[in-house]
Amino acid sequence: MARTVTTRRKSLNTVLAWAVGLLIFFPILWTILTSFKTEAQAIASPPLFLNFNWTLENYAIVQERSDYMRFLWNSVIIAGGSTILGVIIAVPAAWAMAFVPSKRTKDILLWMLSTKMLPAVGVLYPIYLLFIRLGLLDTRGGLVVVLMLINLPIIVWMLYTYFREIPGEILEAARMDGATLKEEILYVLTPMAIPGIASTVLLNFILAWNEAFWTLNLTAVDAAPLTAFIASYSSPEGLFFAKLSAASTMAIAPILILGWFSQKQLVRGLTFGAVK
Amino acid sequence: MGRIQLKSVTKSFGDVEVIPPLDLTIEDGEFTVFVGPSGCGKSTLLRLIAGLEDITSGHIEIDGTDATDVPPAKRGLAMVFQSYALYPHMTVRKNIAFPLRMAKLDQAEIDKRVEGAASVLNLTDYLDRRPGQLSGGQRQRVAIGRAIVREPAAFLFDEPLSNLDAALRVGMRLEISELHERLATTMIYVTHDQVEAMTMADKIVVLQAGVIEQVGSPLELYRTPRNLFVAGFIGSPKMNFIEGPEAAKHGAQTIGIRPEHIAVSETEGEWSGVVSVSEHLGSDTFFHVHETGLAETITVRADGEVGFRHGDRIHLTPRQDVIHRFDAKGLRIE
Repeated sequence: MARTVTTRRKSLNTVLAWAVGLLIFFPILWTILTSFKTEAQAIASPPLFLNFNWTLENYAIVQERSDYMRFLWNSVIIAGGSTILGVIIAVPAAWAMAFVPSKRTKDILLWMLSTKMLPAVGVLYPIYLLFIRLGLLDTRGGLVVVLMLINLPIIVWMLYTYFREIPGEILEAARMDGATLKEEILYVLTPMAIPGIASTVLLNFILAWNEAFWTLNLTAVDAAPLTAFIASYSSPEGLFFAKLSAASTMAIAPILILGWFSQKQLVRGLTFGAVK
Repeated sequence: MGRIQLKSVTKSFGDVEVIPPLDLTIEDGEFTVFVGPSGCGKSTLLRLIAGLEDITSGHIEIDGTDATDVPPAKRGLAMVFQSYALYPHMTVRKNIAFPLRMAKLDQAEIDKRVEGAASVLNLTDYLDRRPGQLSGGQRQRVAIGRAIVREPAAFLFDEPLSNLDAALRVGMRLEISELHERLATTMIYVTHDQVEAMTMADKIVVLQAGVIEQVGSPLELYRTPRNLFVAGFIGSPKMNFIEGPEAAKHGAQTIGIRPEHIAVSETEGEWSGVVSVSEHLGSDTFFHVHETGLAETITVRADGEVGFRHGDRIHLTPRQDVIHRFDAKGLRIE
């Protein structure tokens, strides 16, 4: 028997969902609102919600003071590069684990994931030294590699989950049809896993875009992405909330827009495999 | 050409030996059916021939060349899977063309062969559809099309009809048999359905627990089953087995008599019993007879419509010339 959901219950759920959604979104909303206030209005008590003089002054100052486009470009290169590199490495890895598993495959997957539980600061020192030695400090290439490595376990896990949903017989059919391993992955597996790969790419792009610990510690000027751009507004002169908010809004806007347009894909990707 | 030879082939998964040493020759152009109950190793054997599983020891030769370590793609065999295993993101045309593309044939040749296969299999109108838009039977045809365009040395079929409904299955069975007549290529066909085996095969290989119980033509297996297992597996309805004094009369531990070799009568016969269930098919009638004192149930098949019903006492007479005798080990006594 199907469970009957009353209209009242439905509306209650809707209200609840909206409330939780707004609660989660509130800090971002507040940042965006603050970015349109003057510095004085930004720290006014009691806080001003919508009844203030809207101004674009902060944006003008931020744009004037720092080269937004350079940070943006660095972010795009670092997030995009690490994601693409990660997928290129993870597809064969996930293929192997999904279709030719060994006794230890599950353990390897767990071990890979466990590296995500390690506090990043624990390996900061060795990585920092390594970067100095290799001349990678403040380079986009160095960050691409580090962020790729940080997110690789997640990429492999996600792809592994998607690949597991693809019937092995189809890959065997490709083998019987004369496809080499490369052709099998390129022409059969990858096109079939496109929805999964797309959501993996999206999620990892967002994770890499938002990554602050490594980008702040391993960059200075040349390779600094938008996270560094935000951080630069919270230092020596003290906190200028309105300008900081404007910088933050500018930094998160691209990813917020990307997330908005790809939310369907993201949700589908994250719940993939949960129900057949 | 497509002569396939298995020489002392074994297969183990970990410590479990699923195929004990096995020898088998499949002649060029032969339609061979591997038949046996679930888990008897018939699909594994097919996959070993295909190269999708590695053999643990022994050799596989295709046309006299050792193919043991040759990857599946290079063995020159084509396989049709139970689940069809079509590429869902490609159209029917691309599905059928895929093996040709992998073989790096030129586009004109690919188009020609795809069109040819499509017309043979009545798929011409569906070439631009995707597998998801086809019925089960059409999908199976696409899978067969993908196999025939390669002009392989042999076709391997892994229970290709088990996902189809009964009516379609009979139709496809005929189509595959016709295809074999036309192409005259070696075909190895795996099924658990002995009717498919009997109707399609030139040669049947009966397997149980990875062991070949008997190899022969359908009628050889029907007439002279080598042991109790084959006797019980081949033929529908199943052969009746009788032990005890009745078997002793024939100098055997067990005797087997097929349902169609027992005559029924209302008045007289060698044995008697009570009809428990009667199945009236029109063309013939099956009786499941209890209380015979011979075995729990004796199944009888009578030609045409015979009017006995549940509870009727009937008399049975087996045809003496077709009684099968088996010894204590279950082996046939000639």
